Amino acid sequence: MFLKELSAMPGISGDETKVRNFIREKLLEMGIKNFTDTMGNLFAVKEGQRKDKNPELMIAAHMDEVGLMVSSVEKSGHLRFYKVGGVDEKSLISKPVRIGTDGIRGVIGAKAVHLQKKGEREKALEVDNLYIDIGAKNKEDAEKVVKPGDFVSFDTEAESWGSIFKGKALDNRAGCAALLELLSRKFDCGFTAVFTVQEEVGMRGAKVAAYRINPKVALVIETTTAADFAEVKEHNEATTLGKGPALTIRDESVIVHPQLLERLIEVAEVEKIPYQFRRFLGNYTDAGAISQSRSGVPTGVISTPCRYLHAPASLINLNDLRHLVEIAGGFIRSVAGKGLF
Amino acid sequence: MDLHNFLQEITQKDGVSGYEDTIGDYLAGAFAPLVDEVRKDNLGNRFFYKKGSGEDALRVMLCAHMDEIGLITTRIDEKGFLSFSSLGGFDPRTLPGQDVTLRGRELTYGLIGFKPAHLWKEDEKGKAVKMEDLFIDTGLSPEILRERVPVGTVAAIKRNFLSLQGECRAGKALDDRAGLAVLWECARELTRLRHNAEIFLVATVQEEVGTRGAVVSTFGIAPDLGIAVDVCHGTFPGAAEHEVSSLGEGPVIAYGPNIHPQIAGKLQETAREYHLPCQKDFSTGPTGTDARSIQVSLEGVPAGLLSIPLRYMHTSVELVDLEDIKSGGRLLAYFIAGLNRSFVEGLSCF
Repeated sequence: MFLKELSAMPGISGDETKVRNFIREKLLEMGIKNFTDTMGNLFAVKEGQRKDKNPELMIAAHMDEVGLMVSSVEKSGHLRFYKVGGVDEKSLISKPVRIGTDGIRGVIGAKAVHLQKKGEREKALEVDNLYIDIGAKNKEDAEKVVKPGDFVSFDTEAESWGSIFKGKALDNRAGCAALLELLSRKFDCGFTAVFTVQEEVGMRGAKVAAYRINPKVALVIETTTAADFAEVKEHNEATTLGKGPALTIRDESVIVHPQLLERLIEVAEVEKIPYQFRRFLGNYTDAGAISQSRSGVPTGVISTPCRYLHAPASLINLNDLRHLVEIAGGFIRSVAGKGLF
Repeated sequence: MDLHNFLQEITQKDGVSGYEDTIGDYLAGAFAPLVDEVRKDNLGNRFFYKKGSGEDALRVMLCAHMDEIGLITTRIDEKGFLSFSSLGGFDPRTLPGQDVTLRGRELTYGLIGFKPAHLWKEDEKGKAVKMEDLFIDTGLSPEILRERVPVGTVAAIKRNFLSLQGECRAGKALDDRAGLAVLWECARELTRLRHNAEIFLVATVQEEVGTRGAVVSTFGIAPDLGIAVDVCHGTFPGAAEHEVSSLGEGPVIAYGPNIHPQIAGKLQETAREYHLPCQKDFSTGPTGTDARSIQVSLEGVPAGLLSIPLRYMHTSVELVDLEDIKSGGRLLAYFIAGLNRSFVEGLSCF
């Protein structure tokens, strides 16, 4: 899987170019027909081994990640910024970033602990109080290489620690890697894979993609929060690393069609693949947009559990990702074999 | 090797206070070709000694601390997360999402974790994270952790050395590896200069926990004068002007009760004579550097302090300008070359 490459490249919502180009290159290598739309969604048409099997299945994974955008350049040459998507503000300080298409390096600084007045350290530093330093002498010097509107991504090394994988943007490059893996395998039935844009700013790419594809059924491959820490009660963990991919029953954007959920569970049970339920009702995914497309599309969600989602560095267990691919593959075979409804 | 490469090398070596062997061994190798003798004392301070040409046997000490702030594990919980406390002063808000290197029985990498947003209570949202909310996540089970990284394992901050615009560089432990780079530049410059004084360049230990390395190394050397090379706060948005110095405008000469006025004066004069940029900074009491201990060692050792402006001190993205380090090294070399017995004798004439 291409997780390491996918995690390392920038692709903030609205600027998914590098991710899209990378995936398109892989599709071309696999000989898979593909095209894009006006928003930048990337569609891959996977042919089945048998032409009579055409379940009109859409499988989606979003390419975009949360990040920042330069809002202004100060006289001193420091950059102020906005958040793009639900970035974890508490983990921004003391992190390196890359700015714009040239990937200009910068750091998010903060007042040294020695200079803080009593009580200052009690308050969280929000985006309004933070800035990026690229080492420019002043505004003019900075504006030679950056400008307001430039997208900013975290600069985090992707690494494997045994079965644990650390990197940025695992939400949802893990999903992109899984979908690419599925595209490389052989199935009786075809499906349309969509690498969507702008999920993190409101499921916007998936909305128009689903309209275009007009699927009968859809599966969203995602990455979801895990809070499996010692002090957290089990029912608050949301998901647990290493216990298999998480199936969504409902979240803020969708209630998964019961028959579809049952089919996913059946696949996992029959093929003895570990899985868990996502035990948290918050947040949304592309399933929200796809399920309400046209006259409605039954849509399922399967996710890789991930610690420190939307932060500069996240952790997943690679076994969960592998098992996700197995369940999704089993689901495709099951739909080809006996249809869905 | 140039300054960029040297600084990159020394910021990639760990040296948490009390555990400075890795960085110390590297420095010993790097300074050896530039000096006459390399020595290590009982606490781990490294002395790089260079003979002088004169007969009046002046002894000059220049020091920069090689320790950095770090963490030490205090507990392995039932799910395999490591609690920790700090060695040196951290702002806990800088730690979530930080990579660390654990030097246990086996080298192990970790990430500083914290609970996700959906678990923050309403009244916790605007509040800062506290040290006790944080933990190190290695993804390993408690059983494996007890084998590999037992409680009491030291963790160092992990961060690549980053090249920013122009001569700016960012990374971890530039407090005070920037100072060590000044000593290295100075030693290189001195190979080309004739100097009367014997020189002891010292990489000190345990500055961050109370300038302890400086205490014993000053005693060990008994110098005629000593200069600490450390970092001071560089400008940043919202900073009070009197608290900060500008990056790229030269090293900063300290003044105040901790500093012998004639040493500060001679540094200033040397800078003027050789057209080297420099800035001034004023401290009202003992400085937070090795100079505070040098001054009150033995029967009293005249102390000076030269600082490199640095932004975001005690974070993993400390930021300096290479030009300041180069100017600092040159300034100290010319200062030393200009020393003689009568200047040193004058230091006790008040």
